Amino acid sequence: MTISRRRFGTLAAATGLAVAAPAIWTTGRAQARPIRIGASFSMTGPLSSTKAGLVGLQIWRDDVNAAGGLLGRPVELVTYDDQSTVAQIPSIYSKLVDIDKVDILLSPYGAVLSAPVMPFVKQRNRFMVGMFTLASNDGVKSERFFQSAPWGPDAKVNWARGFFDIAKSIGATRIAVLNADVEFAKVSAAGGKIAAKELGQEVVFEQNYPPNTSDFSAILRNLRGTTPDAVFICSYPPDSSALIRGLSEVGIGDSVKLFGGAMVGPQYAANLQALGPALNGIVNFNLFVPEPTMVSPPVTSFLERYTAIAVPEKLDALGYYIPPFYYTAGQMIAAAVTATGSTESAAMATWMHANPVKSLMGTASFNELGDWTERRVLMAQFQGIKGNDIEQFRQPGRQVILAPSALKSGDLVQPFQKARGA
Amino acid sequence: MFLDQFVNAIGTGVMLGSIYAALALGLAVTFGLLHIPNIAHPAFVVAGAYVVAVGNSYGFDPLLVAVVALVPFYVAGLAFYEFYARLFERRGAADTMNALTLFFGVSLVVETALLMKFGTNQQSVNVAYVGQSLVIGLLSLPYRLLVPALLAPVMIGLLWVYLHFTHAGIAIRAVAHDERALSVSGIDPRWIKRHAFGIAAATAVIAGAALIIVGPVDPFGGRLMIGRAFAVVVLAGMGSLPGTIAAGILIGVSESLVAAFASPSWAPAVAFSILLATLALRPAGLFGVRR
Amino acid sequence: MTAKASVMTAASPRPRAPARLPGNRTLLFTLGALAVLALGGVMTQTLANPYVFFAAFVIVQSVALATGWNVLGGYAGYINFGATAFYGAGAYTAAFLLKAFDASIFLCLPAAALVGGGLGLMMGYMTLRVQGVYFAIGTIALVVMAHTLVLNIDYLGGASGMALMAPEPPAWTGGQVQFVFLVMLGIAVLAVACARWIEISWVGRGFRALRASEEAAECAGVPTFKLKLSACAISGAILAMTGAPLIFYASFIEPETVFGLALALNAIAMPLIGGKRSWPGPIIGAVLLGSVQQAATITISSELNILLVGVVLIGFVAAAPDGILGLIDTLRKGRR
Repeated sequence: MTISRRRFGTLAAATGLAVAAPAIWTTGRAQARPIRIGASFSMTGPLSSTKAGLVGLQIWRDDVNAAGGLLGRPVELVTYDDQSTVAQIPSIYSKLVDIDKVDILLSPYGAVLSAPVMPFVKQRNRFMVGMFTLASNDGVKSERFFQSAPWGPDAKVNWARGFFDIAKSIGATRIAVLNADVEFAKVSAAGGKIAAKELGQEVVFEQNYPPNTSDFSAILRNLRGTTPDAVFICSYPPDSSALIRGLSEVGIGDSVKLFGGAMVGPQYAANLQALGPALNGIVNFNLFVPEPTMVSPPVTSFLERYTAIAVPEKLDALGYYIPPFYYTAGQMIAAAVTATGSTESAAMATWMHANPVKSLMGTASFNELGDWTERRVLMAQFQGIKGNDIEQFRQPGRQVILAPSALKSGDLVQPFQKARGA
Repeated sequence: MFLDQFVNAIGTGVMLGSIYAALALGLAVTFGLLHIPNIAHPAFVVAGAYVVAVGNSYGFDPLLVAVVALVPFYVAGLAFYEFYARLFERRGAADTMNALTLFFGVSLVVETALLMKFGTNQQSVNVAYVGQSLVIGLLSLPYRLLVPALLAPVMIGLLWVYLHFTHAGIAIRAVAHDERALSVSGIDPRWIKRHAFGIAAATAVIAGAALIIVGPVDPFGGRLMIGRAFAVVVLAGMGSLPGTIAAGILIGVSESLVAAFASPSWAPAVAFSILLATLALRPAGLFGVRR
Repeated sequence: MTAKASVMTAASPRPRAPARLPGNRTLLFTLGALAVLALGGVMTQTLANPYVFFAAFVIVQSVALATGWNVLGGYAGYINFGATAFYGAGAYTAAFLLKAFDASIFLCLPAAALVGGGLGLMMGYMTLRVQGVYFAIGTIALVVMAHTLVLNIDYLGGASGMALMAPEPPAWTGGQVQFVFLVMLGIAVLAVACARWIEISWVGRGFRALRASEEAAECAGVPTFKLKLSACAISGAILAMTGAPLIFYASFIEPETVFGLALALNAIAMPLIGGKRSWPGPIIGAVLLGSVQQAATITISSELNILLVGVVLIGFVAAAPDGILGLIDTLRKGRR
């Protein structure tokens, strides 16, 4: 793991023995100083599967340094483990800014961990790239905050809108909404209900359940009783698996044409492998799938290098969901630094608002809240999954993109029961 | 509609409860009979689940793997008890606090070792019957729950027979009852306790198989079970094996009914409400004798 | 810095011993405590780098947490796996008051203490008829219940948590984090003073009797029931008070963090490592473990970090059940 080399400095600061020392040290090295990028990763704790993102960032750093760095200065990463807990975040970010004097910040993973950082960066006027932090700038409205993930504008309501658009296109009007009691799922479900209303659909069933629920038979029976046309699920990895198992065991009824939406889990190799054919027919969000409309030589090269590192380290074997966007975050930083010739927050932010950034994951323009101006969340249907071999998920045609239309790579199979049989 | 819901809630609850009993069985032996508060037992169960997952990745049936792994788990239990005994029992009565802390440390070590060896990804098994259900009239029983649920009565039955009809088994019950009397009769109580602890550890691998058939398991999955497993043991009453299954089913059915007819989001609190109520109102449990 | 200083100024002049001259020692202790508070005040005025206060807050919070836990766990011998239930109750009480009434932190603290104390009383009352390990199990249940409750209250943000902006701190403190740090320092000093008072008073003797044998204590006429309830209440109040400043510190609160394992683990490990028989123990443990963990997170892999805590716990239970202070005592006796 690449981790700050200032062990001694941090140790001293942590014990509270020598508070002033690191500051002196930093000024002493001001010449030819590397550009330092600071971030917090959840290396341990419940979110630790997201640490695969660090590999993406490291690949970007290596690429940049191999090409001579930024502005002729090498790029250095300073990262800490937040243990997936909010309590660690304020001191980590203060340390990155006040002790390590990093030039540019990346947010922690997700909106929950980033919540305490938002007022901090706003107050300090720092440039920051948000990592999978859905709608986290809606509150403080920082002008120097930019999302690397393509949730699109007004993400709280609209990020999963693709699902409801598809539902409308096949004439589904009765929607069931099911969500786990966790932040992302709760926000998604609330947004989904609004999106459905806007499209003239009726929410006929809504239910939340505690995380780690292992048996969904009672919930699915209640749900089936309301004969929905489409079922919008906002779940987390353990319950996604249990739910999909429950589908085969209890059945969902013949009324359902569309099932899925915002399930977290079937993006990760371990879950895909475990569920295998049970995934067929589900229409779920993703940010990248290896369809011909998305694959390009740089992407393939990135994924190959990622896999070579991730598999021995027992990280997510596919790396489609998180790692490419850490690379993208790096590219956003590189573009702004190179174009403005500085690491100054204000200049970088102004440039980012005015210019599109070409990245591994497509060209991004940013609105006033730093969200991508165009939503590029995929809705893809699992088709033709056979057995539990992970390699099949690297092939095109297994996760067919239905939305957005620019990337469409196939057609929806419905109703749901037929799609599962296919 | 209501009848369908009700029947199936009961059916699911019974199966879940039986699985809880399987998880709690090892604890019922160590805590209920030997009075050792082994809060690391759920971590052992998770370790068992990992062993089963590894075996399954080579194509073996989870239950077969679990049966084979009984022996190493038994031996590991012996070794662990020896460590524990050398640490505490020689000093006299084991200080509850130190014992709890020790087991807490052990569960951290087990979980982290799994994490370092296998990464943070969830592990799971592939078996043909997952995804199908046995349908009897209105009742539909997923094999994913049914198969593990059948393990608990089998294990508990075997253990009960062992404890009542074999020499060593009777000696274990005697240790639970009065250790000194046993040593007077010429049996080394430490050997008996070690043996019992080994058996308890061996049940962890079967429980682990049950757990991983139900759904994917991650290294820290044991934490969720500590409370429930203790709830089962306490509700059953110390050392009552048939009570364990009754208590498990009682908790499972309550949870399932709450999930079906009230709100699933309150279900996790059910087991613990029952636990606290038991502690406050009937500390001896439903089937236990007040000590 | 401060936590370290508190050990130096307060503990080192007076090595641990049973209270022979309580008056004299109490004077010294009071002076030491005041010195720590004054030092904290001076720091906020002289040190410009805000990180110092972010980091010091975490360590001082550990001191308060460990001390609060130790009142029940160390003195009375009731192991509490649910420190986070109390901590969380305090944190959410403060967050509720802040959201509903824009309350000042000085109102939130006593409110949190009341809630925590009440919760402690309830816990003590419910487990009245059982001892030792059952109590420990009961506390695990308490965390899950509190967690489930918060998840189901929409006003408190449920699973999403809630972001709240704290009111402006008094101008002389120099900023929000400096202010919250001072408050936490005050809580820690209060907690330690409270622990010390218990230790040297008849209450502490009663707690020790409880720990040794509840039945024997009962027979000897010790009011075990009242003592147990008061230990639960005091410990609960301190833990809850420790949680109250969180929302002012992070401007955000969410259940996974507040009820998470990391805090509960530290609350147990710190007194155990430092020594749970006397008040300097938790302080030493908190400063030591806090610093080692900080250093370990950045130097070795994070999994190893948790493994380290596990191994250290086992090691201390095996080799030094009375912690570092116990170890020092044994060494000193050995030399004589």
